[in-house]
Amino acid sequence: MSLTRRPADPSFDLEMNRTVTIEVKQLDRVVIRFAGDSGDGMQLTGDRFTAETASFGNDLSTLPNFPAEIRAPAGTLPGVSSFQLHFADHDILTPGDAPDVLIAMNPAALKANLKDVPRGRTLIVDTADFTARNLKRIGYDENPLETGELDGYHVVPLNLTGMTVESVKEFGLSRKDASRAKNMYALGLVSWLFQRPVESTISFLETKFASKPDIRDANIAAFRAGYNFGETAEEFSVRYEVKPASMAAGTYRNISGNLALAYGLVAGAQRAGLPMVLGAYPITPASDVLHELSKLKRFNVTTIQAEDEIAGVGAALGASFGGALGVTTSSGPGISLKSETIGLGVMLELPLVVCDIQRAGPSTGMPTKTEQADLLQVMFGRNGEAPLPVLAAQSPADCFAIAVEAARIAVTYRTPVIVLSDGYLANGSEPWKIPVIEDLPTIDPNFTTAPNAPDGKYLPYERDPETLARAWAIPGTAGLDHRIGGLEKEDKTGNISYDPANHDLMIRTRQAKVDGIDVPAVEVDDPDGTAKVLVLGWGSTYGPIGAAVRRVRKVGGKIAQAHLRHLNPFPANLGDVLMSYDKVLVPEMNLGQLAMLLRAKYLVDVVSYAQVRGMPLGAAELAEVIGNLVEETEGIDDDARHLGAAAAAVKHGEALVAEQNGHLKTEGAR
Amino acid sequence: MSAVELGMPSLPHGLQGVPAATEPQNRKEYVSDQEVRWCPGCGDYAVLAAFQGFLPELGIKRENVAMVSGIGCSSRFPYYLSTYGMHSIHGRAPAIATGLATARPDLSVWVVTGDGDALSIGGNHLIHTLRRNVNLKILLFNNRIYGLTKGQYSPTSEPGKVTKSTPMGSVDNPFNPVSLALGAEATFVARTVDSDRKHLTSVLRAAAEHRGTAFVEIYQNCPIFNDNAFEAFKDPETRDDAIIPLVHGEPIRFGTDGHLGVVRDGFASLAVREVADLPGGESDLVVHDAHTEDPAYAFALSRLTDGGVLHQAPIGVFRSVDRPAYDDLVRQQITTAQEAQGPGDLQSLVTGADTWTVN
Repeated sequence: MSLTRRPADPSFDLEMNRTVTIEVKQLDRVVIRFAGDSGDGMQLTGDRFTAETASFGNDLSTLPNFPAEIRAPAGTLPGVSSFQLHFADHDILTPGDAPDVLIAMNPAALKANLKDVPRGRTLIVDTADFTARNLKRIGYDENPLETGELDGYHVVPLNLTGMTVESVKEFGLSRKDASRAKNMYALGLVSWLFQRPVESTISFLETKFASKPDIRDANIAAFRAGYNFGETAEEFSVRYEVKPASMAAGTYRNISGNLALAYGLVAGAQRAGLPMVLGAYPITPASDVLHELSKLKRFNVTTIQAEDEIAGVGAALGASFGGALGVTTSSGPGISLKSETIGLGVMLELPLVVCDIQRAGPSTGMPTKTEQADLLQVMFGRNGEAPLPVLAAQSPADCFAIAVEAARIAVTYRTPVIVLSDGYLANGSEPWKIPVIEDLPTIDPNFTTAPNAPDGKYLPYERDPETLARAWAIPGTAGLDHRIGGLEKEDKTGNISYDPANHDLMIRTRQAKVDGIDVPAVEVDDPDGTAKVLVLGWGSTYGPIGAAVRRVRKVGGKIAQAHLRHLNPFPANLGDVLMSYDKVLVPEMNLGQLAMLLRAKYLVDVVSYAQVRGMPLGAAELAEVIGNLVEETEGIDDDARHLGAAAAAVKHGEALVAEQNGHLKTEGAR
Repeated sequence: MSAVELGMPSLPHGLQGVPAATEPQNRKEYVSDQEVRWCPGCGDYAVLAAFQGFLPELGIKRENVAMVSGIGCSSRFPYYLSTYGMHSIHGRAPAIATGLATARPDLSVWVVTGDGDALSIGGNHLIHTLRRNVNLKILLFNNRIYGLTKGQYSPTSEPGKVTKSTPMGSVDNPFNPVSLALGAEATFVARTVDSDRKHLTSVLRAAAEHRGTAFVEIYQNCPIFNDNAFEAFKDPETRDDAIIPLVHGEPIRFGTDGHLGVVRDGFASLAVREVADLPGGESDLVVHDAHTEDPAYAFALSRLTDGGVLHQAPIGVFRSVDRPAYDDLVRQQITTAQEAQGPGDLQSLVTGADTWTVN
């Protein structure tokens, strides 16, 4: 048996010599995590496995997780980068709490991720780097593969690096270069294990390394070798099949939050018929939006990489003054710097879309980790009474729709609009039913082109009686020249005014304009209308909350769910919704910021569930919290409660373990 | 001219893309209805009057002029001109104007700023705008003091300056605005004086004609908090020896009866000498060449400015060289992309390459 047999035929010869028949086992969902050094290409590996999975038609959700250091020292715990993918034959909402399979490319990757993997699950471990020196470096005195520390796991120790080098030796690469293809070897192996279609990865590699033929060929060879190893090596007696998910009819693609946001901004500008100007300064995790938009010049998108965050928003506001759709993208620290200019935008009443891809704070915080603790900053982080609309995307694909909505509100109401995303949405991805652009709403900039006062003058602060939007004339419009600025303005004329009554009027008018923005009613999911508890979220907690709610319902709990995409103004029916439940639970990745707003505005004693660990909320623990609150609200004593524990224990899929049991060979560290 | 009516005006390079006026304009058209609220005797009045008088001669449509200012006394400027204008926030006018100029090639964009606005809180935006060479014109009113906040020292105040915030004298070393701009490799750098309307207008004209960022430092008197800071350039007794006149193509000679001149002096530096003491007389003097590519020459000229109390400084255009303007290049990339790939098809973009269909 050749471990490294490479068929010439890219279609992969499945008629190989085996002594054991391969069983195909059906699973309804799998959570898989690739982990390795930040230089090992784990994000790429995860992206490719995701693409294969998406094209197969599973529902999926991903969680990339990487250090802020670009290349932390190899083999160390801080340098570990991982990519988790949850895929299923049914609609899923999160990247999964715990992996069913962990692929660990070195000892540090094993150690850093092991705590997340329950016993009984599968560990595929590259043993090549399990030397005494490497182990000692991360605090192992002995090899964990040999100490019994991994008892209860299904460990598949393989010399992936060694087999990779062997599989690409015909290309004459150095050992270092050859071993760099080990991620593709691993990808090939798990692609075999889960019966993923491989054509897209082959063509991806052909394109990516088109200019480096030996690297291209080595990666493809390693990928095929890994696939064929699964087929021939008899390490695996079972392959798994996760059938395509049943989804609404339509054409789908996989999309990450940042890409969806970039496309949504372009769509918003196009629907408004305006050129778009992005002013931005690189910052994690928002930079990808700048990168994507920089590629879209043919869509009349101008990108200005400014000298700092302030200049980024300044250039955007200047472009808006000129009649473009000004956009700036950043994260929490950058939003802090932009605050004064955003306040100017409130005063000038010009369209401006400000995207805050939140990350863990305060200060520099944890740049690559997620959080939603900028809500109060964007609501109130400006001097004076400076209200503006705030929107929040609830899933990666929703970033598209929320960006279009932001453009609509910004242009229609002549106001800066904040879009909240976060690191989890930005880098995570999910299948997206591709919208028909022509079906998106059109946005009317409704520029003023003629005098709007009876005396033939132009009044820049004359307002639409419905929307309170001011009359917006752009430079180049003859006869409507005017001056606007950050000083308080006289009603209608926009001239500088220090008049006390006028200031009061203008403050209240700007507030009324934002309060009156037309936002859709919040919808409540309360299947039989008898729930006493409502769980209300915003932003990226949508997935975990939805998954937790399903668990609670699955064990018989009655729970209502609602999710806010508009945080300012709140939907008009929100107060009534809150009043109609005995308890309202608000889970957030902050210390209760939405809870504070709801308490202040509606005088409702909401229950805050707060976690700030830089990671998405876990569905199981949230299910337990919800279950307990449901029983508490129903008057069930502490010691008689069971719903929470039962909900936390709900499993959708079958564990991989049972089927592998007895068939896996674990002795073969090659 | 009939050519004007066709919309293809024969405008100077700096104004290409801006629609030409179809009728002759006059100063009054550029005066807004707002009451001017500077202190009596403020140098800003003179600059405003000169600017209002100068704008009509550009021959462009009034509605295609946009003024952007920051915060400070000078930044009230846009309110007094009947053009489009934005009175923005402290220090940020160059950034805002960069976005405006990039989005709108059909506008003549002017930034009005002061020494505190441009060199202190907005220093970063200033140097980056100059570095990029965005097609906008920056008028820096330098009065060497914070006026609007009532008299603190500014980043151009002389060392030892006694102000409300420096009762024992300022220990800050000041910026020389022209040196700073040249350090950022600005393509057009000039200095003029508020009271010399003719010179001021000539510099404004040259700035408007320049494609790219034109940086103009205007010595401007604050009669309340820093009166007579530039008196040496105005007093008939002293001004001939104070002003080092920079005229392209002319030897740099000045002073009563031309007794002073600028000569090369050591490595990349210049000095003022008595012409009578020079072995070759006037032939030893530097002939001013504003088009010198190396900014070191203009920088050396800028160092002839007194660092403390001003007694002598070069006045005129230090540097005027051609370099592609940032906003032109940005727009060119968009045009190139559209020509190469066609106008974007958004449906095709969002669909991407890897899709699957559920029936």
